[in-house]
Amino acid sequence: MAKRSVRMAKWVVSGPPLVYLLVFFAIPALIMVLASFRSPGEFGGLAPLVDEAGKLDINLDSYARFVTETVYLQVFIKSAWYAALTTLICLLLAYPLATLIAKSPRKYRDLLLLLVILPFWSNFLIRVYAWMIILGPNAALARLVNGALAWFGVEPVPLLFSAFAVLVCLVYVHLPFMVLPLYANLEKHDQALLDAAQDLGANGWQRFWRITFPLSLPGVYAGAALVFIPALGIFAIPDILGGPNDTLIGNLIKQQFLETRDWPFGSVLSIVLTVAALALAGIAAWVGRRGGGATARA
Amino acid sequence: MRRRSPWLWATALFAYAFLYVPLLIVVVYSFNDSRLNAEWVGFTLDWYRKLAADDDMLAAAGNSLLIAVTASAVSTVLGTMAGVAMHRYKLTVLPVLVLTPIAIPEILMGVSLLIFFVLLNFTLGLVSVALAHIAFCIGFVAIVVRARLAGMDETLTEAARDCGASPANAFRYVTLPLIMPGVIAGALMAFTLSIDDFVITFFTAGAGTVTLPLQIYSMIKIAVTPEVNAVSTLLMLLTLLLIVVAAKLSPTLLRSDRET
Amino acid sequence: MALLDIEGVTRRFGSFAAVDDVTLAVQAGEFFTLLGPSGCGKTTLLRMIAGFDLPDGGRILLNGEDLAGQPPESRPVRTVFQNYALFPHMTVEGNVAFPLQMARVSAGERPARIAAALEDVRLIGFERRYPHELSGGQKQRVAIARALVTHPTMLLLDEPLAALDAKLREELQIELINLQKEVGIAFVYVTHDQTEALALSHRIAVMNQGRVEQLDEPSKIYGFPRTKFVADFIGQCNLFSGPVTANDAGSVTLDVAGIGPVRVATAAPVAVGSPGTIALRPEKIRIAAGAPLDSPDNHYRGTVADLLYMGDVTVYRVQTSGGNRIEALLANSQSGRAKFFEVGDAVEMSWHVDAGHFIAE
Repeated sequence: MAKRSVRMAKWVVSGPPLVYLLVFFAIPALIMVLASFRSPGEFGGLAPLVDEAGKLDINLDSYARFVTETVYLQVFIKSAWYAALTTLICLLLAYPLATLIAKSPRKYRDLLLLLVILPFWSNFLIRVYAWMIILGPNAALARLVNGALAWFGVEPVPLLFSAFAVLVCLVYVHLPFMVLPLYANLEKHDQALLDAAQDLGANGWQRFWRITFPLSLPGVYAGAALVFIPALGIFAIPDILGGPNDTLIGNLIKQQFLETRDWPFGSVLSIVLTVAALALAGIAAWVGRRGGGATARA
Repeated sequence: MRRRSPWLWATALFAYAFLYVPLLIVVVYSFNDSRLNAEWVGFTLDWYRKLAADDDMLAAAGNSLLIAVTASAVSTVLGTMAGVAMHRYKLTVLPVLVLTPIAIPEILMGVSLLIFFVLLNFTLGLVSVALAHIAFCIGFVAIVVRARLAGMDETLTEAARDCGASPANAFRYVTLPLIMPGVIAGALMAFTLSIDDFVITFFTAGAGTVTLPLQIYSMIKIAVTPEVNAVSTLLMLLTLLLIVVAAKLSPTLLRSDRET
Repeated sequence: MALLDIEGVTRRFGSFAAVDDVTLAVQAGEFFTLLGPSGCGKTTLLRMIAGFDLPDGGRILLNGEDLAGQPPESRPVRTVFQNYALFPHMTVEGNVAFPLQMARVSAGERPARIAAALEDVRLIGFERRYPHELSGGQKQRVAIARALVTHPTMLLLDEPLAALDAKLREELQIELINLQKEVGIAFVYVTHDQTEALALSHRIAVMNQGRVEQLDEPSKIYGFPRTKFVADFIGQCNLFSGPVTANDAGSVTLDVAGIGPVRVATAAPVAVGSPGTIALRPEKIRIAAGAPLDSPDNHYRGTVADLLYMGDVTVYRVQTSGGNRIEALLANSQSGRAKFFEVGDAVEMSWHVDAGHFIAE
């Protein structure tokens, strides 16, 4: 195995994907970073890099705008709120589901897992559309709720185009991502530990809170990362199901790029979102590596 | 401990219902003889008929299929190479480039590619969408292939070379057949992701090009009719079919590993 | 000229020398074993012969030709791996055919050669089976058949029997000896099991920490270990160490702590005062209740401290009055009793000067 042919083989195999991703991922990202330092063009897009006077168009205007006009930061915080709520609700729903699957007889587990993943394989927009139907003003649910409210003399509440709709759909779309890592973790738990705890006098709640839950934390963190980070940047759901108050960071970015066409500013927003996402991903990876050794087998 | 808490059962069942009822409603109402997706009126296949006659929808479906086939083919090849490279060699740059697109929200890739194509004066259309899809599918294929390689016995490659196989032949006759289930799974995953993709396509398709998700989106925003339900039902059937095919392929090929 | 020449080969991992300046030669047709504990470098050396690793220093020559720069696939050397490494997606036939396929042997010729290889390992009829349908012993035979089908110049075996249970191992050991005789090519065998090495080999190279401690026939390794390590590693051995107190007319006396003066027959020219060790196999010690009648040069009194009944033999650990321990071995077959002595018995141990072996260490 001559060392030179190994090195050559390495480049032959890793070269093509490397080049492709450099061109279609890394360079666009760099261009976007650069764009954040430029000025918007007269008709949208970007102004020429070198203007008529021969000066290089590099400035911090867009960043300044982001920092000074606090409304944008508020949108970020709102997005984080939605993402956090989504994560929490997903956790509350996914935990029992994952526990049930993990405790099922082995031959049913694959099927049960598949049933959880199957909806995920349907088109994303279909899943959003489904909630449009369910929460629609003429649909059964709305009429039921509003009928009950009318009974108490309260004004009808629109279920659609509201924060509620956005949240429900966010949970709906991200639930499988919380179930899978949780299941992967819970599946490894040793029943003997719980039996021992019961033997020592712990009741059901204590066994869960003091033993099962701490051991499941790596799975919880993984699931939280898989839900929170995508949810942070979502735009289609608020776009379709949300009301005017439900503009999240994803919607803002879309507006800047496709409607207002202030690309430098859109780039600034994107960069802030990217940094936040990468930071969170990094934290999740670090936490996962630290606590990952704590599987339930003593 | 055979007794399961009734709370556990209840919440789990609720979760499953929560996952499936919305989709079932879409399917059921695709047969509903009413414009409003509000209550059941009667059975009809009208919406499917309208769908079959809807040229825009058919064109969009054709576009989606073309892009998905191209994107999954190219990303499977590149993704397999990336998976093999990441498994076999100590690399620093490639893993980052491969895995980051998966870790960040999709919209970021969408807008950065938009700027990229526009700056290069590259017309937005089918090609730009396909190029974008390949970029984010490579990561998924690479992960699946790498996982498959990790489960493979390393000495098999050495044994192949010991038997006189060049590194290329060792890959072709020993490694590739053994990771093939992973490669196929990756290909199917890439295909589904591509057909399904909305966000990245939204930014890179430009004005004239419509894919199925984009068409559905405009229908949802502009004029909702149960035609959307019909196309959704058909798409779900397609996905189900793909999964059945994948499941049928996997067990027979799956047996060939881990039994040394 | 030797078949395989290993000249001053070194392999380092960082500052650690896995193989340290090893020189040895393997002759055509011999069963040559690299023996040593894990980490001694035997597997690293084997991998360098196969081509999976490159030496940092020295040369490896096969039939006089330097193997450097030749990748594994072009070396006329085949390896049998410890975990068999059979291709799970190919049948037995496919596995054995693979080297022929790589060597561009025509499809017409292959069946005959496959059949011949399978016959050598007595697996005719198994062609259509898949590896996961075979037992451990059968898998190993397929691995051997696959390695031999292209008539390589040399066969390398990396602890091939380690994963098998004791009975199967013994069976396959005998088969290996016969196979090697039949096929006539050189086998280079790696193992940590010294009984296996003694049973199978024409010559053994005992390795320790990257170096060859002794290279010899099995009986010489057993009877005349050259270093303390070899003496201790091979079989059970008493090691009596101490300074030389006398060296006269073909025998040397050592002053061993806890025992006293011990004499051994040796021609080694050691100076008085230099360190020495006498290696004495337990079975060479006579152990009796009373003093021996023929007054041998070495006899000592002691008390039986432990005994281990092992069925065919019993091992006695005797504590001398000075506090040292001597291990002796007695066969139980002729006594009709389970053991001769009990713990606490006072016994006399004795042996002749030529029963032990002197090591200048």
